[in-house]
Amino acid sequence: MHSLKDQACIVGVGETDYTRGSGKTDLALMLEASVNAIRDAGLRPHDVDGVIPPPLPSTAEHFAANLGVEDLRYAVTVHMGGASPVTSLQSAAMAIACGVAHTVLVPLGWNGYSGMRVRNLGGRKKGDGGPPPGSGAPGALATTIGEYYLPYGANVPVQWYAWLATRHRELYGTPEEALGTVAVTSRRHAQRNDKAYMQGRPLSMEDYLNARWVSKPFRLFDCCLETDGAAAVVLTSAERARDLEHDPVYVSGIAEGHPYPADDIPARPDPFTIGLSFATPNALRMADVDLEDVDFAEIYDCFTYVVLLQMEALGLCGRGEVGDYARGDRFALSGELPLNTHGGLHSEAHVWGMNHIVEATRQLRHDAGERQVEDARLGLVTGWGDFGDGSLAILRR
Amino acid sequence: MTETPDYPRPLPRLRGFAADFYAYCRQHELRFQRCADCGRWRHVPRDMCAACGSFDWEWARSSGKGTLFSWTTTMQPMMPQFADLVPYSPVVVELEEGVRMLSWLVDVDADDFALGLPVEVVFDDVTPDVTLPKFRRAG
Repeated sequence: MHSLKDQACIVGVGETDYTRGSGKTDLALMLEASVNAIRDAGLRPHDVDGVIPPPLPSTAEHFAANLGVEDLRYAVTVHMGGASPVTSLQSAAMAIACGVAHTVLVPLGWNGYSGMRVRNLGGRKKGDGGPPPGSGAPGALATTIGEYYLPYGANVPVQWYAWLATRHRELYGTPEEALGTVAVTSRRHAQRNDKAYMQGRPLSMEDYLNARWVSKPFRLFDCCLETDGAAAVVLTSAERARDLEHDPVYVSGIAEGHPYPADDIPARPDPFTIGLSFATPNALRMADVDLEDVDFAEIYDCFTYVVLLQMEALGLCGRGEVGDYARGDRFALSGELPLNTHGGLHSEAHVWGMNHIVEATRQLRHDAGERQVEDARLGLVTGWGDFGDGSLAILRR
Repeated sequence: MTETPDYPRPLPRLRGFAADFYAYCRQHELRFQRCADCGRWRHVPRDMCAACGSFDWEWARSSGKGTLFSWTTTMQPMMPQFADLVPYSPVVVELEEGVRMLSWLVDVDADDFALGLPVEVVFDDVTPDVTLPKFRRAG
């Protein structure tokens, strides 16, 4: 059987500014990031022949029309919420490895602050005659949310994931400082990132613990940012990548996974078995590496506990052990496993984790400036979306 | 369905299987799908039994007894329709039959929540057309 190991490389990365109030459309933001990524690769827009846009209204055809792609050979969209960007690397690698497309663009962007906000997902304003309950939620989730969650006022991710965090705390005694470590670490790393929305605004553990509640056990700084902005990456074959602008970053292992059942959290036989639980062994086997070989981790951080949950699913520590695992300086830039080195969704920007892929690429190019992880050669990036869809990319230089 | 002047909160849309589920609730019966072939209970409702592949099922009556599986206490209103209730606690209840569902506890303070707390269903007729199953502490 054909392996995707090292078949495709990330050769270009691009972003917009991360703001609150972009004054641009979602598509305009994504096109700006896309052009930046294509230029970064040393390519021209019409060199792109594959586009994998996110599950938002803009389609691959919008991108092709704007970029001047006359012969669009591959267009597909991954429907896994925030796990879509990492999973899209898999689709890109497959298309490239099979020769369906040569140069694949993966854009992600939105007005996550000034447009549709996650906090309104599935809901609507009182009396505005807006869309019916649940209609803001993605496909498979809309029925579950609209019929069975919304009447009880549970319309947004901070509440759904809180059920997992509460049960984990009750079963394993996971301390609130373990969640706080994720927030404080991200914020500390953001201070070394000029693009980070939270640069210049440090956060201490005391600040974290004193912040107001949102939905227990989550406080304000357990929740990631809401920002406007876009990021994009360009992939091509390993053979072609060697002739381009930057050191190629190889997609060495890649896999997606889905929790069971994916459309309802309470129904899961084991609530802590998530999409990433299924993806991890497949991606590691493909890359032929062990977790101990990884030099840094960019873990999807919509909420602090979701990072801890993924650490257990990855196998970085055992079930129920993440409270101990998260102690000390393990996640610092000079630590055993530097975590979310750019500041993540928590402190850089919320572009569905596309910024995690961009950051991992910069780290592996040794182009991360003040926040460079020394001699980084192998990194992992996770995706998390919807009710726990997951994906894992093992990237190497 | 949408909120009414007397009940200003979102109601289920009552489409497809949800129409049947809530119609039984309106009769103060908590029923879930049970596979007619292998006997497996399931919720949320689906076309097929994921255990045996059967398309045959019945709406079987639950004892309404269960235990508290998990919870969150929402302190910041996410929708204006719930702002007057903050704080409120969407909980997950595991029924004796093995299915789990989202609901509220009507008579337990959030400080007293604990895994495994015994609960039983009560029916709240929130409008003439819609009854929401909720739970109270069981004796």
